Amino acid sequence: MLSYIIYKAILVVIVFSITLVAAMYSTYAERKIAGFLQDRLGPNRAGPFGILQPVADGVKMFMKEEMIPNVSNKFLFILGPSVAMFTSLMTGAVIPWGTSLTIAGHQYSLQVADVNIGILYLLGVTSVGVYGIMIGGWASNNKFALLGALRASSQMISYEVALGLSIIALIMTTGTLSIGEIAAQQHGWHWNILYQPLGFLIFIICAFAETNRAPFDLPECESELIGGYHTEYSSMKLGFYLFAEYTNMFISSAVIATLYFGGYNMPLLGRFVHDPNALVLLGTFFLFCKICFFIFLFMWVRWTLPRFRYDQLMNLGWKGLIPLAILNIAITGIVMWITGKIN
Amino acid sequence: MQSLTNRSKVVSNKKMTFMERIYLPAIFGGMMITLGHFFRKKTTVQYPEVKRPFAPVYRGMHVLKRDENGAERCTACGLCAVACPAEAITMVAAERKPGEEKLYREEKYASTYEINMLRCIFCGDCEDACPKESIFLTDRIVPSDSFRDKFVYGKDLLVEPMEENKRIDISKRQTKEVLEFKKHKEFQHNRLK
Repeated sequence: MLSYIIYKAILVVIVFSITLVAAMYSTYAERKIAGFLQDRLGPNRAGPFGILQPVADGVKMFMKEEMIPNVSNKFLFILGPSVAMFTSLMTGAVIPWGTSLTIAGHQYSLQVADVNIGILYLLGVTSVGVYGIMIGGWASNNKFALLGALRASSQMISYEVALGLSIIALIMTTGTLSIGEIAAQQHGWHWNILYQPLGFLIFIICAFAETNRAPFDLPECESELIGGYHTEYSSMKLGFYLFAEYTNMFISSAVIATLYFGGYNMPLLGRFVHDPNALVLLGTFFLFCKICFFIFLFMWVRWTLPRFRYDQLMNLGWKGLIPLAILNIAITGIVMWITGKIN
Repeated sequence: MQSLTNRSKVVSNKKMTFMERIYLPAIFGGMMITLGHFFRKKTTVQYPEVKRPFAPVYRGMHVLKRDENGAERCTACGLCAVACPAEAITMVAAERKPGEEKLYREEKYASTYEINMLRCIFCGDCEDACPKESIFLTDRIVPSDSFRDKFVYGKDLLVEPMEENKRIDISKRQTKEVLEFKKHKEFQHNRLK
């Protein structure tokens, strides 16, 4: 029992630190990719190729003056970024980072918690993430912050509907709510993207909206709202908000890779590698490759597309994606009924 | 209506086709364009290590030249101050004492000569006005400073060093056209050799 707790604790710490480091280097990657897409070089002064830039940014953030506006609600003001950061780090628990390592006859699963309603857990935690933004924006007692928070909450609620509906079609084909099982089912070439292309498209668009990334970055549009919900924030509390966004991006990339792109499965890998533990670690490596690709996609889209107007955003969400997601469910159901593959 | 240049584009408000309305092909096309830029050669000049070359006729910080014997050419005639559209130049003239022939070329010289670099617009009119081939603009940049009075440059900063090897090269600004222009002035005896 004690060894079980220790192993879980170690796994939690590893997942936690990997998430943090990935988010940290996403900020560097974002600036570097933004530079490259605009024919610039990006940060390249701190260390070789600017590799120490996130450290410099972190030090800068900590050194900044801590400002809490007089008119704000201090408790909620501090609670906002804490909730945002907390929820974005919580989601990593249900992602299967690999199958299980066998050490000295014992099986050690690389998933922190294989909750049998993993997808519901994911949806629930991301919904709580809205509160971080909402509370922060409201507690600032600032019009711009409030507008940003309003935009954020209505946008995230709207797109959560389509997100959930697109996942329902996926659950229909896989027949399970457990993320570990969904990942395991995609062995070989049975990636869910091949069975649910439309669902994937809806899911990834909603994932962009859920993480407040361009072209859906209305809550924090610099030009209109001076940063939106984090207008009044400074120092590390601002850092937490920005960091939570990058953590969310990392986690959504992991979720996309796990739900639709086979997770840790890589076709043909078993033919070349026969040691089971090496296979597991290689699977984790490939999962991270997929995650990196999706993070790149997030940034690529951000530096290509302009921002939606607010009514366009709502039109796309309610009149475009939700009917499409329902249609997807219907098509999936009909195809499953015809082929007789009802779980 | 007939347009003047035939370059104007008539905006069409036609209804978008289905392919245009789902945006995805256009988004994909845009992403391909940005991806093309990702692999393109970068235009960044890594400044402190790499510097872009100046134009040969760049007009930067001024220099007060000395002649081949090391004597200051300026005779404090004040023509540069008169020519200056920004009124950046002031000077005080003084008479050369016996024994100072090594220092000053003419019998009258500028005991103080100041250019306010914040007023100066680097037009080069002082250079054109100078009858003694004394003041020139160079390709050196006036460095930034935190105090306004630091920008009033006196003779200590403007006059070039006495040593032969530390002289400021101004030959790049002396293009063929400039030399041709100067031929018509009445200072044949003062021509740089």
